[in-house]
Amino acid sequence: MQPLLDVSNLTVKFALRDTALTAVNDVSFTLGRGERLGLVGESGAGKSVTGFSILNLVSKPGFIAGGSVLFEGKDLTRASAETLRDIRGNRISMIFQDPMMTLNPVLTVGTQMIETILAHKKVTRKEAEAIALDKLRKVYIPSPERRLTQYPHEFSGGMRQRIVIAIALLTSPSLIIADEPTTALDVTIQAEIMDLLLELCQSEDMGLILITHDLGVVSQVTQKIAVMYAGGIVEMGDTGMVVGEPLHPYTRGLLGALPQCADKADCGLADVAAPRARRRLNQIPGSMPSLSDVPRGCPFNNRCELCETVCTTTRPLLEVKSDGRLAACHMVA
Amino acid sequence: MAGLFSLPTNENPNLETTPVGDADMTNQNTALLSLRNVVKHFDISGGLLDQLRFSGGRIVRKHTVVHAVNDVSFDILPGETLSVVGESGCGKSTLARTVIGLYRATGGEILYRGERIDNLNDNGMLPYRTRMQMVFQDPYASLNPRMKVREILEEPVRFHNPGISDADVRSRVADVMEQVGVNPLWGVRYPHEFSGGQRQRISIARALVVDPEFIVADEPISALDVSIQAQVLNLMMDMQEKRNLTYLFISHDLSVVEHISTRVAVMYLGSLCELASAADLFGTPRHPYTQALLSAIPRIGGKAAGHIKLSGDVPTPINLPPGCVFHGRCPHANARCMQEVPKARQLEGGALVACHGVEEGRI
Amino acid sequence: MAGLLKRFRQSYFLYSFLRDPVAVTSFALFVILAASALLAPVIAPHNPFDGANIDIMDAETPPLWKDGGNPEFLLGTDNQGRDLFSAILYGMRVSLLIGVGAVAMQACIGIMVGLLSGYGSRRLDNILMRIADVQLSFSSYMVAIFLGAIVQMTFGVGRYEQVAVPFLVLVIGLAEWPQYARTVRASVLAEKKKEYVEAARVIGLRPFRIMWRHILPNTLTPVLVISTVQVANAIMSEAALSFLGLGMPVTKPSLGSLIKSGFQYFFSGSWWITLFPGVVLILLVLSINLLGDWLRDFLNPKLYKD
Repeated sequence: MQPLLDVSNLTVKFALRDTALTAVNDVSFTLGRGERLGLVGESGAGKSVTGFSILNLVSKPGFIAGGSVLFEGKDLTRASAETLRDIRGNRISMIFQDPMMTLNPVLTVGTQMIETILAHKKVTRKEAEAIALDKLRKVYIPSPERRLTQYPHEFSGGMRQRIVIAIALLTSPSLIIADEPTTALDVTIQAEIMDLLLELCQSEDMGLILITHDLGVVSQVTQKIAVMYAGGIVEMGDTGMVVGEPLHPYTRGLLGALPQCADKADCGLADVAAPRARRRLNQIPGSMPSLSDVPRGCPFNNRCELCETVCTTTRPLLEVKSDGRLAACHMVA
Repeated sequence: MAGLFSLPTNENPNLETTPVGDADMTNQNTALLSLRNVVKHFDISGGLLDQLRFSGGRIVRKHTVVHAVNDVSFDILPGETLSVVGESGCGKSTLARTVIGLYRATGGEILYRGERIDNLNDNGMLPYRTRMQMVFQDPYASLNPRMKVREILEEPVRFHNPGISDADVRSRVADVMEQVGVNPLWGVRYPHEFSGGQRQRISIARALVVDPEFIVADEPISALDVSIQAQVLNLMMDMQEKRNLTYLFISHDLSVVEHISTRVAVMYLGSLCELASAADLFGTPRHPYTQALLSAIPRIGGKAAGHIKLSGDVPTPINLPPGCVFHGRCPHANARCMQEVPKARQLEGGALVACHGVEEGRI
Repeated sequence: MAGLLKRFRQSYFLYSFLRDPVAVTSFALFVILAASALLAPVIAPHNPFDGANIDIMDAETPPLWKDGGNPEFLLGTDNQGRDLFSAILYGMRVSLLIGVGAVAMQACIGIMVGLLSGYGSRRLDNILMRIADVQLSFSSYMVAIFLGAIVQMTFGVGRYEQVAVPFLVLVIGLAEWPQYARTVRASVLAEKKKEYVEAARVIGLRPFRIMWRHILPNTLTPVLVISTVQVANAIMSEAALSFLGLGMPVTKPSLGSLIKSGFQYFFSGSWWITLFPGVVLILLVLSINLLGDWLRDFLNPKLYKD
């Protein structure tokens, strides 16, 4: 069966004065209908750019330098502006960290929702309003009739993100790309929004690409995880396996750096070298290279404890390892 | 002229002494820092014209006051890490800035080793500036972009040690830079040439060069990436061990707080809900808000569902609800909670909880 | 030094400057004008202030390429027989001197007031900003006309010639300082909320030191930008005042007084006496303004590019 989304060898570059920096390097993954994937990484790993390039929304000076993005069989990197317009916000919706990127501050929530529906569907205003109300109920907005007539600033941060999700749902898309949707929110609100996203994806059979730096959030919501580092995917597989028994040294370092894993033994990191003092956290030395000085060979080689000669000369490819998971590392079998 | 440059004093200092609660008695002599009924309000009414309102046929002058911190009391013991957690707008950062003297408390007292410091002027505060320091949240905004790293670090040393020789300043700064893991040779660079993690190290070095014993850290890692967070947390713990520091650690990240704290205070809407040792608080949270907060932590491998759902939104700190500030969202609230403000009471085992339900044994 | 030069050569500043033809052209034009003004005593074929050199018989000689042109006078002469080319060079010197001097004065007052207003208490801020409002509500020409009349009366026309330059610097400087005060105050208000200022306060530094060492250097970018515009404005103000007879006297002409002195001969055929100083004035002001625009765009890329 054809997957919902098939990204293969996607490469995104940013043109500079005289060179081009590679922000996304040879990224491939597939997403089935109704499947949820987490794109995890630290800032600068290229996860947001990957999300944007799926919709061909990379803004200048960035450009898609290679690869393809097949959405329901159509290649979005080569699609016409018209096709893209039809897909964006209709078949694929996007949710951003800042709800105000989606909401227009000078229009009421109702106007914005109804306009969106009218732009994509042939319905009357009355019907559009009914759809809007229905979606607001789906995201558990209390008294939606009254809320329709309010402006975005009259909502709290968590409520605004709910509205954004409701807008994303308006056209019953088959894929939602959520870029750090809860990073700006408090933990209690974050938990509610994540619950909601999970519930909606399950009930509406929507695919989800959740872009985040928070391994805890991803591990609760998604079925698959792709860990990104310096523009490339370093490990990808079943969520339980990736957070339970990480293969790639970077993933292991990242999980080991979390205080909750240092305190508890339930993160499957028993084979990670014991920290020096009891309370010390496992730390990865150094920081992620900027795009302009990614080291030769494996991009992680200068921070990796397993680094060998081969790692400094050849870039490891994402390949199937012994337990059926994908990892890009010379040192793990 | 001095008056014109004092801190923005839009509040009316109400410095009456209040009897110290029973809970605090035990620590009165040993505490490094004690907060006694600290209150901080901000008057945001603006100019005279903005204050005028028309109501009931008359023009009245109305003050709009943000109740950022309300009647908070606790002690910080030498050598411990006391963390204050809470969601945005709960007043934890305001509390930190009031403790360090960036804001002047509207009411209550702050005592440092038994001496009042909340009512001191700039000169009176000066001796305490080398004993208490602060580390800030944003590694990009907390370093002056127009000063070289060496200048940033040398300034406090020179200021607090007039007449110190250049060589001494240099060696002291180089020492601290070495300790925080920044090559002293990089002192000639500007902050923008460093990564976020390194900047935060420099920020910590700036706090350490005056050799303080108490550091207020306001969300020091929340702007950093996960792998860098671990580095900075390790550094802070190493420094605590080496220099016998006391931390007041402000954070919204509960799993970080659980890891590094000796004791944890939970704040909601400017009030203290619960204060207990880290193991106690994370093991057996008592206050309903603490319970909800802890259940919302995204645990690795945990399930998304299963956390305690709170109804409604956080009220604004401008119009505080009467009674317990949490009653509107609390699943256990009753009539008493809506009228009477709960006092923090000490339970067996040492935990302080401000909740009628816990006091009555309902929760 | 060599390292600094190398860094400058590789800098983004130079790169984006060289990629903007308007900026390069206006910079070249400004350098030529400013250099020829500064080097006027060397370049100018005549000294227009030396009475012995001036022959009234040469008055109103047309430019070289017109009938009756004299190779000695490239752009012709004015009604007193002064070489117009030399007079323009010297006049531009006076205009630039007044422009830069007035802006220096505006900047001094404005930065001080802006810093105090932004960092001081709300009461001090209110007082200073109301003064600035009052100052702005007077047109600078009105101030200049009023004060100019008084000064000319008290000193007499002869002595006025000597005090004219400092007087104009003072008048234009006083009239426009609120521009600086407001700009600086706005950026001080933004800067003082930043954590590095709080860090300086936690160290215990005194307010004046924080203002001077920490806040001021971070507010200078907008100051630099408005300075270019203000120099152009001050040169224009001076020209306007001189044209109205309240600026530089004809005996020590600036560009404005040259324009004025030729104005009455404009329609009687001697158009060059007014036209050439006018063109130079426009070129000077335009080049400074274009440079200022580029600088503003460069320093605020977010604000002005699409």
